[in-house]
Amino acid sequence: MTRPRVAVHKFSSCDGCQLAFLNLGETLLQLNEQVDILHFLEAGMNDASADVDIAFVEGSLSTPDELTRIRQVRANSRYLVSIGACATSGGLQALRNLDGNHDEWRDAIYARPEFIRTLKEVRPIAAEVRVDLELWGCPVSSTQILAAIRALLFGVAPVDDRDRVCLECKRQQAVCVMVTQGIPCMGPVTRTGCGALCPRFGRDCYGCYSPSETAQTATLARRFSGLGLLPDAIARRFWLINSQAPPFLQTGRVFHRSAASDPDD
Amino acid sequence: MPAADFLPRSRLPDLLAVLKAQGYDVIAPQVIEGALLYRPLQHCRQLPTGIRQQQQPGRYRLIATDSPRQFSWANGPQALKPLTFAPRETLWRSHENDDGTLSFEEVPVSPPALAILGVRGCDLAALALQDQHFRDDPYYQPRRQSLLLIAVDCSHPAETCFCASTGDGPKATIGYELALTELDDGFLVRAQGARGQAILKALPLDITAPAQRRQARHQHRAACRQLRRLPSFEPAQLIQQGRHPAWDEVADACLGCGNCTSVCPSCFCFSTSEAPDLNGQTSSHQRQWDSCFSEGHSYIHGRHIRPDIRTRYRQWLTHKFGSWVEQYGRSGCTGCGRCISWCPVGIDPLQVLSRLSDADPDEP
Ligand code: SF4
Ligand code: SF4
Ligand code: SF4
Ligand code: SF4
Repeated sequence: MTRPRVAVHKFSSCDGCQLAFLNLGETLLQLNEQVDILHFLEAGMNDASADVDIAFVEGSLSTPDELTRIRQVRANSRYLVSIGACATSGGLQALRNLDGNHDEWRDAIYARPEFIRTLKEVRPIAAEVRVDLELWGCPVSSTQILAAIRALLFGVAPVDDRDRVCLECKRQQAVCVMVTQGIPCMGPVTRTGCGALCPRFGRDCYGCYSPSETAQTATLARRFSGLGLLPDAIARRFWLINSQAPPFLQTGRVFHRSAASDPDD
Repeated sequence: MPAADFLPRSRLPDLLAVLKAQGYDVIAPQVIEGALLYRPLQHCRQLPTGIRQQQQPGRYRLIATDSPRQFSWANGPQALKPLTFAPRETLWRSHENDDGTLSFEEVPVSPPALAILGVRGCDLAALALQDQHFRDDPYYQPRRQSLLLIAVDCSHPAETCFCASTGDGPKATIGYELALTELDDGFLVRAQGARGQAILKALPLDITAPAQRRQARHQHRAACRQLRRLPSFEPAQLIQQGRHPAWDEVADACLGCGNCTSVCPSCFCFSTSEAPDLNGQTSSHQRQWDSCFSEGHSYIHGRHIRPDIRTRYRQWLTHKFGSWVEQYGRSGCTGCGRCISWCPVGIDPLQVLSRLSDADPDEP
């Protein structure tokens, strides 16, 4: 029996999600017995145009070049799995979508802007091609990746857990930072998957796993306001890693607007 | 003849020594990250001496005072639930043999004998409810049976507490082996059952002075005067009030985060999942705490029957305060107030219950 063929592609990203693969350590060797990894630059395999059963895609679409490349990846792959915040919602770099000043930023940052060819707006993978499975997080967790691969090898649909971070926070018996310290935690509107990492270290969740199901973003934003956050700070809570995810985008807009219209700000 | 039932504070270490001599590991509430959490107790100085609490809707703070008391607070974020009903555990493992058959392997639970110091009346009442629910559960029961419970009557209820109105506190009345009433200079001790009596006999107790007994009575009366109380309502009626506007109001305020159910000492819902190893040959069948606020909780036959916060909140309130009575012979609420304090937006179910007893303007 031939082993399933796997590729890991990189688009605009920091490589952190690829590290979630590399951090598997010994398990990565076991994985290598289950599948053939044909393309994974960070691990030294280089065959970008290989036909594969599963393609993992890290990073967002930020250049015209990447639009062409993702179509090719899609054509070569049976399952396409976007991994991480960049691939799935545009990530941190999609902050540039918010103010519409792409050219000004480009000219201010690069010494020779005439050599820079970027898209005015950053796009998630699913904006351009069909995506079979989205794994969220900045970065994704290794456990999630393994669970997804295992499910695909079994031929079943991977479990899509959209619960809130709070549920896992309580299972981990972390002490709630919002209730004991009054700091604005995004856990109540953020999707689980990280094991409530931040609250376990006594800090607030900043929403890197994207919105949970039925995310009550407006209600949480009101609470942040009650905790003393100004509208601009509330907008920034929602506009960070996953600013383009619709519930975060929408609530961020409401508070960004009210910050802009406040003459005292 | 006056009873010898007073343990001076300086002899509390003797209680620890007796428990250890009888083979128990001891755990007690300790200050961890701004809250009181159960942790192994080696020395009495690890107890939260002089610690007081402020609990309000959505707010929990500890305050240090120079009081000698070690139990002058109400409670921490969890009662006994995580100790008996594990937040996540493997129930069994399955293995695919070379000939394609499957074998199943039990994952037995063998907990050490555990003495818990500092248990509250409301938590004992909730434990009794969990005992009913998990009566035949092979994972819950061994843990439960390994426990020795040492209650301390609540002398400093929080603003969020209402155990006096549910009848489950502030004094511990059921389900303990030993119960202590804390005074400034020590503890009045009482025991239930053979195990409790055996420990009581081994303790170096003094005669309790009449003034100390008076102080204990006075303290109990003061602890019964609580800010909150359960409003009067008809439990069987709650479930009939599906269209009351109170549900829309609370749905607008609620995050659906499930913190209330996670901290509630009587909530028992769990989900199960399969965690296969990468080789695809072995798999662990797990269960984990779930909540009526999760989407999976109401996923039945391909549909989410409670798709929004309104229906999920309604499920939580009508079950806890309504249909629980039919199911277990009493309400699921023992008045601990945790769901109020640990709700990130400070929703108080007592207010929702009161609101529900207002006439529904839409009902004829
Ligand atoms: S710390 Fe954050 S994630 Fe944890 S329970 Fe509180 S609000 Fe939820
Ligand atoms: S707690 Fe929040 S910010 Fe932290 S890792 Fe998890 S999802 Fe990301
Ligand atoms: S419903 Fe609230 S007050 Fe009642 S036992 Fe549960 S957590 Fe405590
Ligand atoms: S009542 Fe509070 S704790 Fe419970 S789900 Fe709603 S917001 Fe969360």
